Amino acid sequence: MARQKHTALKDHLRELMLFQRRTIAAVALTIILSVVLIGRMVYLQIINHAHYTTLSHNNRVNIVPIAPTRGLIYDRNGVLLAENVPSYSLEIVPERVPNLAQTLKGLRKLIDISDDDIDRFKKMVKRTRRFEGVPLRFRLTDKEVARFAVNRYRFPGVDIEASLTRHYPLGRLAAHVVGYVGRINEEELRKVDASNYSGTSHIGKVGVERSYESVLHGEVGYQQVETNAQGRVLRVLERTPPTPGKNLYLNIDIKMQAIAERAFGDNDGSLVAIDPKTGAVLALVSMPSYDPNVFVNGLDAKTYKKLSTSPDRPLFNRAIRGQYPPGSTSKPFTALAGLELGVIKPTDEIFCPGYYQIEGEDRKYRDWKKWGHGHVDLHKAIVQSCDVYFYELAQNLGIDRLHDYLYRFGFGRKTGIDLQGELPGLMPSRAWKRRTQHLPWFPGETLITGIGQGFELATPLQLANITATLADQGHRMQPHVVYAEQNPDSNAMQVIPPHLLGTIAKVRQSDWDNVIHDMHDVVHSIHGTARRISHNLKYTIAGKTGTAQVFGMKQDEEYVEEDIAKKLRDHALFIGFAPVKDPKIAVAVIVEHGGGGGSVAAPIARQVMDYYLLKSPEANHVATGQQPNSGTQRGQH
Amino acid sequence: MSLLDNSRILGRSGASTEGTSLAQRLHVDVPLLIGLLLLSGLGLVVLYSASGQDMDVIMREALRLALAFSVMLVVAQVTPDTIENWSPWLFALGLILLLAVLVLGDIGKGAQRWLDLGLFRFQPSEIMKLAVPMMIAWYLADSTLPPNRLRVLAAIAFILVPTLLIAKQPDLGTALLVGSAGAFVLLFAGIRWRVVIAGLVLLAASAPLAWHFMHDYQRQRVLTFLNPENDPLGAGYHIIQSTIAIGSGGLFGKGWLNGTQSHLDFLPERKTDFIFAVFSEEFGFLGVMLLLTLYLFVIGRGLYIATQAQDTYSRLVAGSITLTFFVYVFVNIGMVSGLLPVVGLPLPLVSYGGTSMVTLMAGFGILMSIHTHRKLLAT
Repeated sequence: MARQKHTALKDHLRELMLFQRRTIAAVALTIILSVVLIGRMVYLQIINHAHYTTLSHNNRVNIVPIAPTRGLIYDRNGVLLAENVPSYSLEIVPERVPNLAQTLKGLRKLIDISDDDIDRFKKMVKRTRRFEGVPLRFRLTDKEVARFAVNRYRFPGVDIEASLTRHYPLGRLAAHVVGYVGRINEEELRKVDASNYSGTSHIGKVGVERSYESVLHGEVGYQQVETNAQGRVLRVLERTPPTPGKNLYLNIDIKMQAIAERAFGDNDGSLVAIDPKTGAVLALVSMPSYDPNVFVNGLDAKTYKKLSTSPDRPLFNRAIRGQYPPGSTSKPFTALAGLELGVIKPTDEIFCPGYYQIEGEDRKYRDWKKWGHGHVDLHKAIVQSCDVYFYELAQNLGIDRLHDYLYRFGFGRKTGIDLQGELPGLMPSRAWKRRTQHLPWFPGETLITGIGQGFELATPLQLANITATLADQGHRMQPHVVYAEQNPDSNAMQVIPPHLLGTIAKVRQSDWDNVIHDMHDVVHSIHGTARRISHNLKYTIAGKTGTAQVFGMKQDEEYVEEDIAKKLRDHALFIGFAPVKDPKIAVAVIVEHGGGGGSVAAPIARQVMDYYLLKSPEANHVATGQQPNSGTQRGQH
Repeated sequence: MSLLDNSRILGRSGASTEGTSLAQRLHVDVPLLIGLLLLSGLGLVVLYSASGQDMDVIMREALRLALAFSVMLVVAQVTPDTIENWSPWLFALGLILLLAVLVLGDIGKGAQRWLDLGLFRFQPSEIMKLAVPMMIAWYLADSTLPPNRLRVLAAIAFILVPTLLIAKQPDLGTALLVGSAGAFVLLFAGIRWRVVIAGLVLLAASAPLAWHFMHDYQRQRVLTFLNPENDPLGAGYHIIQSTIAIGSGGLFGKGWLNGTQSHLDFLPERKTDFIFAVFSEEFGFLGVMLLLTLYLFVIGRGLYIATQAQDTYSRLVAGSITLTFFVYVFVNIGMVSGLLPVVGLPLPLVSYGGTSMVTLMAGFGILMSIHTHRKLLAT
């Protein structure tokens, strides 16, 4: 395209001058803007250099907590009850995942991930902080680990996490003692030192795992790691190792525990065995039990529902939380109260016509033996478990003195065992009734308290500990599940010393001797309610049977066991200790809806004592001749 | 400061006597070439680090540079007169292509920028980076400067049409370059400062209107620029990380290949738009000063060439191309260091890839052509 140039020289010069001025302006603009840039660089690189260096350092250096290894749990003979096994889980840091839905979809093609896993994962994502890893699948197989490792680059923010998972090799055996760990929830995190738990995913939920959480857990360690922007650890710069948690040795003898649990058969109930001299808990049974392993990494809704809604209530620790009327097992203690307070003498006799009546009242308080025991002294009253004798004794003592005395032994108060959630039972009194029910105390209520019924409630643990107190003639020891803590590095054992809760003072030796002798005869005399377990017995047992009424009967109703649905049948109880001269073990047994204490509960106690005192396998068979529930006797015996 | 060398106007130029030198025959301006080569070399050095020592990337970039320098050489052979005569045609072609992109452009990166010509994909907006200043210069050089009001209005229309078409693609970075390239011609043509200021005020006043027409991601960028801490892991992440990289470089830098920000993946786009952050992390304030000096040298040489040009068209085009080059540098560094909102502009000759490099070097080709085709003026 040709154009006409019509620029005169004069114009040309003028234009040139104009252009020159504009060029100067352009240079000035360039210089000003360059100075702005340089100023910015001075600001960033020189004035704030230290600040940005810190930021850059923080950017790449992360402090990563190292969870301490949880202490192991052994029984008293060193049998492993709780261990840590390596396991691989698939963890996702939600913040680093560009598209969560797509990532999950991709992962499901590689690894078997159930809908339950996804549901739980999504729930947990809402609860945890965005930059924290949330496990999607636990216990990956080696194959799955390998398959993911190859494809890892496709999934930013997803990684295999190698960790130690709690495992209970014996499963349901002693589950109520050992307990289990589960993933920490927010509430628990508030209660503990959060920084010490920064690397920990699990916390003791129940049992020893919970009550000794601080001992088992240990101290967190840290490592400084260099990470890239995706948070992948590139190398470790510095490391402060964690202090592992201490190992625990329990007082529990797991073989004895197994014998006890087996002895319950299909029955629900509880057994607690205690060393009377130390308070060591030798066995603590609550049946049915459950497999603690399912709780460790969270269980699906179906399993949990099954466990929590089962009529057997397997998750319910009957030994420390089951509150039952102690029934006739409270009679020896009522007797001691009578003796010590001078209300009765061992030789005093009453006449038992099969019922008792308070003067001026029509109501008959029946004895378990319909036709009565005839003339009854203390020995006969305990051996044959005469209710009328104790009705009268209770009435003469009065509820307040009865309450005060039995409370001293431990009725109605927590034992302070080293397990959480223990319930105190209930020892009623006038004041208690006024306070809680705003009602006056009725004389009849004193009577039934005399035979361990009515308001009175006790846990199996309480009964065992009270029995142990009786066996040791007044020394109330605090029951202890854990025997010792062991430092995992040095293997040094630190034994937890026995703790004396108190002494039942002012009891005459003759009174101890009398009651213990009577209890001896419960087992060893021909009329004793627990005479069945004396067969082939190689040592002596002092015991007391009991029956706890599950539902009340009308005045003229007859209790016929066979006619009554099992869930309405009475609970069978037995307390006892052995050997009588030098007690080494005190046991309390409750068989729910078992019927007779002597026929159902006492044989279970015998099996435990046989094992503990004889330690010979044959001994264990001696007392197992009877089937539980085969008893036909009825009532308060 | 005397940019005007009277002796040359009078035809007693020393350079003209060396008409036989190799550089003269190849129509190459040696100082400008050296400046550009130094910048490219420095770019390759940083790129080696930014790419994680990937030789493939270096080879590809070197090849691209070779191509771009070749284009520069070819353009330098064309006489300024020819270039001037091409100006309106090139502008018309660019406009048609822009409309074509609008109608049938490929969808790339969510924006319509590319035109598939079978053999290669082509960004018509690149043409406009040169075609717009050429067109305006051609149009204004036709009459005496400063241009009258009518011509200014017409020139503004010539600028706005392609600029808005490009902004609509949407490619704000290129639109900014095209618009300012055109505006620089007007500036050099001598429009009154009043008009310049009025234009700037108008531009500022239209900001809310622009906001209305912006895409969400563009609004996000502006918001992020105003307060990067707002969303430190989202949109503000780039800026926060790049300022950390720059700031942690300090006076001497962390050393080549030792930038932790860049090597640990904290820096986004570190080979391309954010390569300046890598550079300043590793080479520090002193390195930045060296880089800026090189850029300013090239710009100074460009402006010098403009002042030495023999006709109005050449002066206007040379001045505009040079200042546009500075806009690249300023906007890129300003954006990476958090002074300006994020606009997708590369750091010229240092950033990896981009068709823009060819256009850029073609522009320098025009500068060289202007400087090496000067005729002796007889008095």
